[in-house]
Amino acid sequence: MIRSIITTLGILLAWHVVILVLAPPRFIFPGPWDVMVAFVDNFSLLIENLAITSVEIVVGLFIGCVLGMLSALLLISFDGARRWLLPVLVVSQAIPVFALAPLLTLWFGYGIAPKIIMASLIIFFPVSAACHDGLRYAPTSRLDLARTMGASNWAILRHIRLPSALPAIASGVRVAAAVAPIGAVVGEWVGSSKGLGYIMLHANARMQTDLMFAALFLLCLASVALYFSVNRLLDNLLSWQADTTRHNQFQYSQQGTPRQ
Amino acid sequence: MDQTLALSIKNISLSFAKTTIFDGLSVDLIAQQWTCLLGQSGCGKSTLLRLIAGLQQADSGTIEYSEQLKSSINNIAYMAQDDCLMPWLSVLDNVMLGARLRGEKNTNASSKALALLEVVGLSQHHASMPATLSGGQRQRVALARTLFEDCPIVLMDEPFSKLDAISRYKLQNLSAKALQGRTVVLVTHDPQEALRLAHTVLVLSNKSPNISQFASFNSAIPRELDQPTITAHQQKLWEYLQ
Repeated sequence: MIRSIITTLGILLAWHVVILVLAPPRFIFPGPWDVMVAFVDNFSLLIENLAITSVEIVVGLFIGCVLGMLSALLLISFDGARRWLLPVLVVSQAIPVFALAPLLTLWFGYGIAPKIIMASLIIFFPVSAACHDGLRYAPTSRLDLARTMGASNWAILRHIRLPSALPAIASGVRVAAAVAPIGAVVGEWVGSSKGLGYIMLHANARMQTDLMFAALFLLCLASVALYFSVNRLLDNLLSWQADTTRHNQFQYSQQGTPRQ
Repeated sequence: MDQTLALSIKNISLSFAKTTIFDGLSVDLIAQQWTCLLGQSGCGKSTLLRLIAGLQQADSGTIEYSEQLKSSINNIAYMAQDDCLMPWLSVLDNVMLGARLRGEKNTNASSKALALLEVVGLSQHHASMPATLSGGQRQRVALARTLFEDCPIVLMDEPFSKLDAISRYKLQNLSAKALQGRTVVLVTHDPQEALRLAHTVLVLSNKSPNISQFASFNSAIPRELDQPTITAHQQKLWEYLQ
């Protein structure tokens, strides 16, 4: 916490020094104080638009994750699906998602729908690929054990493959949480009437660079908050997973009784 | 088939790519006794266990089960070198894994699992997660999970090899006691372990006939290290294996 505060203060100080030394016009590069004033003056406008962007990000994240996981389950469960769907998925990644944004606006209008679709599309593949890999590479020894216990394919998928894949799925979801805001904001840049992307675009056109910085700052804050919330949630869900970067995670007393 | 046999492996052949693992391997496993399989790395010890467990199919040959068993289904419990505890399940849930996988809704399952944890001396850890246990404790949970399956045949693939000498000795004693009356096939690299636990010691090799019987013993197991059976055969077994 202290490290974060010191780093933030350091960046603000460096920024202030650059402004003092170079003295650029405010509409080119505003100082931290100008941005703070713009932030306070436009607080309700920013919060109102943050709420819209947040809905786009969270709903997009949820839909993208669910679709990514479902497609991975489909790929792992049916050989036919794997043969037909996998090449389509790989080729679909060759299409720049950003190029689709104008099309999505054309098809679904200026509302939040195309932004949610953009966010979902951008995170679909990382989640699907991570989930598919996790399901594919479940340890053979666990699968063998389950088979000797008379488990059906469905029981193996539900009780062995899926939980074994959770760490890999979590990595995909972490990546998704980091990139979902990009999808939503790109959607807003291409065509929208609300959201932080819209505010930034308009502020930029009207030379209100301080407001643009304030919106950008808020978007960064929301993205970081989302990432750390998802990260914390996943860490709690996967608390059974041994973190090998933490040494002496479990200490044993002299009697051999484990202490956490 | 002889009633005292648990299963009879007849004329099994198996190849991977162009490498022949078994070429007409035949062996009988005596019911309610411990059979230890020794042999150099890569000679097919674990593969033979997988064949018996039904995890792999041979190119040719048959495995005949006794009249009472009929097939491998629901009759074979498997304990691997890796304890294979599911890290997301508690110790108690790991012991009951088989019931969970088969979708059995047996209310007695948890009391049975607790009783088995008592047998392996880990009842106080029933709510712990596997990551908090030591290697020896984890293998004891794996043993309780194997006992929970209550199968007449138990296949063990080097289950004690990762343990320190003291833990291994204790777990050998515990396994011999807990698995009494069952047909056990133990794959091991350790000749001393085989002599402590086996009623029959078999040695596998890459050359036909692939398997040979080193010795069979009638004395009770586990044998203490200073017992004549061990001291008399240890050197011979080492030489036999070379």
